[in-house]
Order: sequence, then C-alpha cells, then structure tokens
Amino acid sequence: MLAVRIVSGTAVPLDRSDVDTDQIIPSDWLKKVERTGFEKGLFSEWRDDRDFVLNDERYTGANILVAGPNFGTGSSREHAVWAIQQYGFEAVISPRFADIFANNCTKNGLVPVVVDPEFGRALLDAVIADPGLVITIDVERGTVEVPALGMETTFPMEESTRTRFLEGLDDIALTLRHDEAIAGYEARRPSWLPETSRI
Amino acid sequence: MGRTLAEKVWDNHVVASPPGEPDLLYIDLHLVHEVTSPQAFDGLRLSGRTVRRPDLTLATEDHNVPTSDVDLPIADPVSRTQVETLRRNCAEFGVPLYSMGDPRQGVVHIIGPELGVTQPGMTIVCGDSHTSTHGAFGALAFGIGTSEVEHVLATQTLPQKRPDTMAVTIEGELAPGVTPKDVILAVIGRIGTGGGIGSIIEYRGPVIEAMSMEGRMTVCNMSIEAGARAGLVAPDRTTFDYLAGRPGAPPGPDWDRAVEDWSALATDPDARFDREVVINGSEISPHVTWGTNPSQVTPIAGNVPDPDSMDDPVAAESARRALEYMGLEAGTPITEVAVDTVFIGSCTNGRIEDLRQVAAVAQGRKVAPGVRTLVVPGSAQVKAQAEAEGLDSILRTAGFDWREPGCSMCLAMNPDKLQPGERCASTSNRNFEGRQGRGGRTHLVSPAVAAASAIAGHFAAPADL
Repeated sequence: MLAVRIVSGTAVPLDRSDVDTDQIIPSDWLKKVERTGFEKGLFSEWRDDRDFVLNDERYTGANILVAGPNFGTGSSREHAVWAIQQYGFEAVISPRFADIFANNCTKNGLVPVVVDPEFGRALLDAVIADPGLVITIDVERGTVEVPALGMETTFPMEESTRTRFLEGLDDIALTLRHDEAIAGYEARRPSWLPETSRI
Repeated sequence: MGRTLAEKVWDNHVVASPPGEPDLLYIDLHLVHEVTSPQAFDGLRLSGRTVRRPDLTLATEDHNVPTSDVDLPIADPVSRTQVETLRRNCAEFGVPLYSMGDPRQGVVHIIGPELGVTQPGMTIVCGDSHTSTHGAFGALAFGIGTSEVEHVLATQTLPQKRPDTMAVTIEGELAPGVTPKDVILAVIGRIGTGGGIGSIIEYRGPVIEAMSMEGRMTVCNMSIEAGARAGLVAPDRTTFDYLAGRPGAPPGPDWDRAVEDWSALATDPDARFDREVVINGSEISPHVTWGTNPSQVTPIAGNVPDPDSMDDPVAAESARRALEYMGLEAGTPITEVAVDTVFIGSCTNGRIEDLRQVAAVAQGRKVAPGVRTLVVPGSAQVKAQAEAEGLDSILRTAGFDWREPGCSMCLAMNPDKLQPGERCASTSNRNFEGRQGRGGRTHLVSPAVAAASAIAGHFAAPADL
C-alpha cells in the first residue's frame, strides 16, 4: 500500500448513522473478480436519488468523507473500502466504525478517523454549511484540524497501524519475518486437529 | 486471576508478540468462498507466494449459486465467472473445494460444523462476517477482509489486536415457542448494533446451556449484528455429542484427549469480563424487526414504534428514515403487517433443526394465497437429511418452494431477489436497505414465525394460527 501522512481537502457530509457495507457497495458489485472499478458502485442505490449528497456538485472533488456513528457495519466486504477509495476519498471521519471495516481501511491506506460524537456532529454541520471547508488530517500527529473554524481534535490509532500508514508497509512481508516462529508453532500443534485434505 | 474462554483460546494461538505490535495468531482453519477470495489469490500470484497450508483451508461455492436448475451452467455470466475463478484458484493452489452438486457443498458456515472441522478451541477465519457462527463450539471465529484472506493464505497467521471480553448471560428459561433467533434479536435490541464493537461476546447462562448446537450457532452467528468481533459458547457435553463421529472429529484414540482439552477451555470461575449484560430469558417473546438495522426490533405482539417518542435524536432520525423505507406507519400492530415473500434459510437459520420447526408449523396447513415462499437448505447434507425425514414433502404439500442449498435471498447475489417494495419475512441476519434486492423490505424473524407468517399472510407466531 502507498504511504499516507497528511490528508487535506474538502469533505462530503454523509449525515446518517449505521451506514452498513451493503449501502456502501451493494452485493451485485461483489461479483467482480478484480480489485478495481468499484467507484461507480459506491452508494449506488442512494446515488439514484438526485438529492443524495454525492450528486451535489458543490462537493465535487472532496477527498474526505464525514459520516454519522456506526459507519461500515455488517458484511466484511473489503470492496466497501475499495469503492470509497477509488471514488477519491482518502479518509473517513466518524464517531464509531465497525471493527472489520476499520481493519480493512488500514490494509488499504484509507484513514479511519474516530472523533467524539460532539466533534463529529459539529464537523458535519460545518461541512453542510460550507462545502469549501478544508479539513486536514495528520496521521503522524493523530490530529484533525479545520483551520478556518479553529476546530481541532485528536484521534486514536494503534502505533503499529500508524507505522504501517506512514511507511506503507506490506503486512505479509512483516509477518514472514516470524517464519521460524510460525514453523515452531506448527510443530507443537496437537495431532488431532482437523485437516481439510483428510475429510 | 482466571481467564475467560476467549482469552484461553487466544493465548493458545499466539505465535509471536512483537513489542509494540499486535499478537500474531495462528489460524487453525481458513474457510474460503467465491466472493471475497479472487483478489486475494491474485495478490499471491503477483507476489509469487503460495498457500502455506492448503490442508487447513477449505473452499465452497455458496454466495452466488442458483437454488434451482443447478445441473445447468450458472445463467448470470458474472456469477459464473466468479465461481469458475474460485475453481481455477483452488486447483492452482491445491485448496480442497466443494463445488455445486458435491454432497458436501453448502453455505460455508453450515458445512464447517457438519463436517466436524469446526472444533472447540480452534481459531477459524473466513472472508465473511458471519464466521462468528463457529463460536458456538467454543472456537474463536471471526470475519476478515480480502487483504487478510491473502495474509492467511500466505502465512496461516493473522496479526490481531486483542479484543475486550463481554459476557451476555441469558437467565431463566425460554417460554414455549421462543427460539434462539428471538434470543439473539432481543440481545441486539438491547445492546444495539454497536454494543459489541471491539469485543468478543461469550454467551452464558441456563438458556444457552439448554440450547442445541444449532441454536447456539444461530445466536453466535448474529454476534456481528451487535458489532462484536466474535461470539462464543463454552464447549460442553452437547458440543461433544454433536461432534462425535463427524468426518473431521479426532479419530478413536485421540478423542478422549481432545475432550479433556476442550473441557478445560471454559471460563474460570474467577475470570473477569470487561463488560457484562444480563437478560431474563423468561421475558423474551418472538421478535420481528421493523427497521433497516437488526437493533430496530420489537416483540411480535408489539407495534411499529413512533420515532417522535424516542429520546435519542440519532435513533429517532434513523427510525424515521427506516419507517419511510419500510413503508410502515408508527403505531401499526406488527401482526397486521402483510408479507409478500417468506425466505427460510441462510447461515443463521438454514440447519436441519430450523427446517424441522418450519415443517412442524406447516404440517396440515397451506401457504396463504399470493405469498411466495423459498425454503433453501443451508447445505447439500441438510437437504438430504430433510428429505430423508420427509420434511420436503410436508413443505411442498403446504405450498412452500423447496430449493437447492446456498446463501440465496439472504444477500440476493443469485437470482433469488425481492422486487422493489416487496415485504419479506426472512430467517436471515440483515434487514439492511436493499439487502434482499433493491427496494425490498426485510423483516428478520425465527423459522417458526416465518412459517406461521407464510400461512397467515401477515406476521404471526405459530400460537396465533
């Protein structure tokens, strides 16, 4: 994955709670066997509504998605992250993310930014009021800033995750440094554990 | 201090704990299906890697497969390509695969347990959020994304941050007609869709102890709908009896040693959970969801709620949007809501016990005119067993449509879909907007309520018929 240090730009306000991954990318799109081409599927059912915020030209070119709480619930489909990224977003801000979705974000360089509910609400209102508002997310410092309004807060991130973002590291290569430990563990596993080749 | 079941299984699988990094966990079983794997196999090819342990990996075709005319090629060319891609990938990398038509094929979370490859104390992952199902055996089982699928294929391990522990205790005894599905819907209604985020839930208490393995699987299956990483139940005699004699179970001399190991996994009496929730099982009644997430749920005797009476503005707004999508008026009694379609199946409720409950309700009755019904067994084995017990003929006589195994209308990736505006009583796990077909309206219910609703033509419990 590519390294990510700073995400700065305008945002789209998605003022809804419990946005599940079936809404982010409906299941018809999961039939693709490629990893690209999901941008058209992003929120595709909601986009048929002309009033849906992604159809609002004032938000064209935004690279940050600001959403209500419980974003990315439901299915484990990583396609949801691919769709958000391929549409042009580099970070998502929400008071709470579903675990698997947040995990999938970190494997692809999409920054999941958890803010407290009051900050999240204020940020949504600010972006609704001013589509040109610039937000800056600093992964290294763990901060979200809106300089024009003097808003600033911090967001949590595991240090190991932060390192992966900043250095764009490949998880599999990192794990393979432990190849000996893996082989050692395998040698100690109980012999009765099931093998799929034997059933 | 003692340890919880989840902590014991976790500790038993730590390969390495690098400082400042998450634990590296060994994965005992990796289940694979056609939807979330193609990009992972591609990744392996691009980096010149192989599947480290094809003998700990098992693939099946479930999400896309049609439930009729299965002897013909899959009609949808995109679905067909995806299934064929899985076949090519499994052949190239040596992964065992149960294809359509194989007597062992079925929904990935149904076949693991029935083949006996899901066992207590194991770590199990799959690129599918309902992997939590396998937790019913006291396994630590959770859903992963496609990048993690590739990681497990390549290394048989996964770096994971240790989750919190949460106990959900169901006290008392269930009233007659109340099922495991009602228990988990009541739990989600109580703790919400985010209530379990960051946690592994352990289900405990007399109601869980009295449940069959099928029932425990239904409960653990929907842990993800409460946001939990995984859900599990301590293995006991019920677990061991279910496993004994299955193809993947430990062979003769190893069986006793395995049971001894499994018996030691239960949470220690002095272990502490980060959070505890207690629910009185005697007060649970059959449940029906009214909204577009599984926490928007009410007892079947209740009414569609009024968003204006909700204290939390976020919940009220979400309810307003949900009622508009669902085409429901606040205050309407749930039992007055008519259904067009009834779907019985999925990894939540597609097992033999579920089909027996449906047949018991359907026996000697008829599906209401105009109601479309699909009964989709969770696996080829479930289908064969149901047919051996004569359940299919009871259901056919009552007017139910008896289908081939697969995920089917749970997520509508195959031809089984709702049309816009159609209302479905569904035994599946998600009532999200468009989940069962664009514009479709899904209400989650137990198999017994689904069957009774098919016969009544509106939401009904078997006792109402």
